[in-house]
Amino acid sequence: MAILTDRKSVREYDVIIVGSGAGGGMMGMLLSLSGVKVLMLEAGRNYDPVKETPMFNTPEMAPLRGKSTPDRPFGHYDATVGGGWQVPGEPYGDKEGTQEDFWWWRPRMLGGRTNHWGRISLRFGEYDFKPKSRDGLGYDWPISYEDLAPYYDKTEMMVGIYGSNEGLENTPNSPPGILQTPPKARAGELLAKKHARGLGIPIIPIHRAVLSERMDGPKLAAKLFPDNPLARRLVAADMSARAACFWATECGRGCSIRANFQSTTVLLPPALASGNLDIITDAMVREVLTDDSGKATGVHYVDKVTRIDSIAKARVVILSASTCETARILLNSKSVRFPDGLANSSGQVGKNLTDTVGSSMAGHIPAMESLPPYNEDGAGGGHVYTPWWNYGIQEKLGFARGYHIEIGGGRMMPGMGSLGMLDATSPGVYGKKLKQEARRYYGAVMGFAGRGEMIPNENCYCEIDPDRVDQWGIPILRFHWKWSDHEINQATHMQNTFAEIINAMGGKATPRPGREALNKPGEIIHEAGTARMGPTAKDSVVNSFGQTWDVKNLFLMDASILPSNPDKNLTLTVMALAWRSADYLLGEMKSGNL
Amino acid sequence: MNPSTVSRRDIFKLVAAASATGALLPAGASPPPLARNFKNILSDPDYSNPDGPWEKPLTEPELATLTVLVDLILPADDESPAASAIGLPDFLNEWVGAPYAENKADLEILRGGVAWINTRAFKLHGKEFGGLAAEQQTAILDSICDPAKAAPELAAGARFFSKLRMLSLGGYYSHSSTWKSLGYVGNVAIAGPYPGVPDEIIKLLGLEGEI
Repeated sequence: MAILTDRKSVREYDVIIVGSGAGGGMMGMLLSLSGVKVLMLEAGRNYDPVKETPMFNTPEMAPLRGKSTPDRPFGHYDATVGGGWQVPGEPYGDKEGTQEDFWWWRPRMLGGRTNHWGRISLRFGEYDFKPKSRDGLGYDWPISYEDLAPYYDKTEMMVGIYGSNEGLENTPNSPPGILQTPPKARAGELLAKKHARGLGIPIIPIHRAVLSERMDGPKLAAKLFPDNPLARRLVAADMSARAACFWATECGRGCSIRANFQSTTVLLPPALASGNLDIITDAMVREVLTDDSGKATGVHYVDKVTRIDSIAKARVVILSASTCETARILLNSKSVRFPDGLANSSGQVGKNLTDTVGSSMAGHIPAMESLPPYNEDGAGGGHVYTPWWNYGIQEKLGFARGYHIEIGGGRMMPGMGSLGMLDATSPGVYGKKLKQEARRYYGAVMGFAGRGEMIPNENCYCEIDPDRVDQWGIPILRFHWKWSDHEINQATHMQNTFAEIINAMGGKATPRPGREALNKPGEIIHEAGTARMGPTAKDSVVNSFGQTWDVKNLFLMDASILPSNPDKNLTLTVMALAWRSADYLLGEMKSGNL
Repeated sequence: MNPSTVSRRDIFKLVAAASATGALLPAGASPPPLARNFKNILSDPDYSNPDGPWEKPLTEPELATLTVLVDLILPADDESPAASAIGLPDFLNEWVGAPYAENKADLEILRGGVAWINTRAFKLHGKEFGGLAAEQQTAILDSICDPAKAAPELAAGARFFSKLRMLSLGGYYSHSSTWKSLGYVGNVAIAGPYPGVPDEIIKLLGLEGEI
């Protein structure tokens, strides 16, 4: 498979897509397979996971044994290259009065965040689309679960998701035949399940975008594209070329055998094979251009290699640059007609910024000491999780929305910190006895990470800093943040729950107060809401198709358009929304409305 | 396609495209190589190079003392080699040279600690640590190996030993040649479904009936 930065020329593009991640990749694939001429602009470098992924590299082949550093926040072998929470020459700031510094992750590579993400792919449930109707907080979506369900089905078939249907509240089943078989649970996961049951906490197979078996390309493609022979042929061939997971190496490194989902392993290859997609990498978009009638005409970008300003034109512009970068482009697209930025007549661009609420705890589990060795690498991520289980008593909890629990630990590939617990368990020990202690305690740790829903509030937003530009001359963002009691109390509940589970498993854990145990805003890298969809132009930026109310041929397709940020991770929903939007956009182009 | 074979048709397309999309490479030109455009060798690393782009600051005498120390902390046994046999002193040298706050702090502890332990050996026995008899070496280590029990005047030595012990454990067991002895048997491809937990472990953990 070749991911090529193909610069063969096309006189006019139908559609420009800014960004190549989940939203941009899905839009790019669906449009190009339908014969639309697409130009994709990516702010980062070209990236080929087949050639570049360090699949079996071991820690001693890396500086500092591959440990995380400020330059490599998820370790040396993380798929993210040239990006992170800090990108040299591309600063961002904090607005005076903010309670916390916001961390803004930018991957700056073809495929964006989809290269290193956790692959956790949970459908939002029916409650998640109508949160305000349930508890009076935040915003309802202008669509319901039923509107998106067919697109979840298609996305899951296209991507390949393992998981099971458990029929739990607000945790939708997929129709029969769509999910792949989940891998069997590991020892620590089963032990947690056994002991959590007594606490009333369910642990079930997680849904992740990893192939547990080969795809039947022709069969799936015929279901997905019954009326599109080109799409059927190209997608069938590409699906059949993907390998099943071989149960080794972390998904966060990326996947050279294409067993897991990355935009670069699943969406861009068939799109490029269509001949209808051109990609220009190292193209940093500064603004959307408009004409006198207020229509979008293209984008203005800086070629990062040559530092030359350039313009690309098309009938339709789609921003899929990520939640905050999309808001930044809109706010920087000022003109006489649009003095507050483009598509911002509602004043909502940059507002309602949320991230997932994160808090975690690890515990030593004595029962897991000195177990016989066996291979626990598995699917390079979790095999089980806990969906939110307290809908029935939510109003008594002191926070309005739920969280899920991700579970890890056991005999993972040893790294610098794998035996850190010996500092406490084995003081004073050295020599051969220390090696015995290492064998005893290795793998006897389980970790629990809560991932919760944050409710948008007026104190959390991004805006343009009027005084500063980045090295490309583009005005930068600054952030303002304040947690509400909903998030703080939710984190406290997480801590208490994790301690209960660890103690039930035979460990000893002490919960921390929620305010101390919260991850930083932006640290979970699930930003959403800065250009939310809504029912009217008055108080929202886009309609349910991601089409901006103010500029009919400008679409947004990333998590910026989400009115709420449920605990269930955003990527699957962004792709399902993109599929729904692509269908709408193709119809509008065909009927001459765009 | 080589640029020299660009056809007239391609050149026409190039000109048309340049007006549509600004600056472009010649039509039909090969895609540019995967590029690390901004010299971010720390954040966009070369995976074939095991070394970070920084100097290793420790001197040969310092490394000689550390070699003796790490082999006392993690000596050879029936299942795994001595720490020095897998290059642990060189790893420590790389570790303390890195430009991050954690590593800079560790350089201070390790460099000062090596000098501290040699001074301690000289005061007690008139020789540097590496020149002592084995029982003299372990006597010194026994006096500092547990920070909670070390005499107050030996606190700096205890702090050094704690740091060295944990760095040694991390560096030693993150080296793949030690994994079998530790009990890590992964990082190998498996065909077919993931096998799951062996029955023996199911029984040991009382997980019969759990799936």
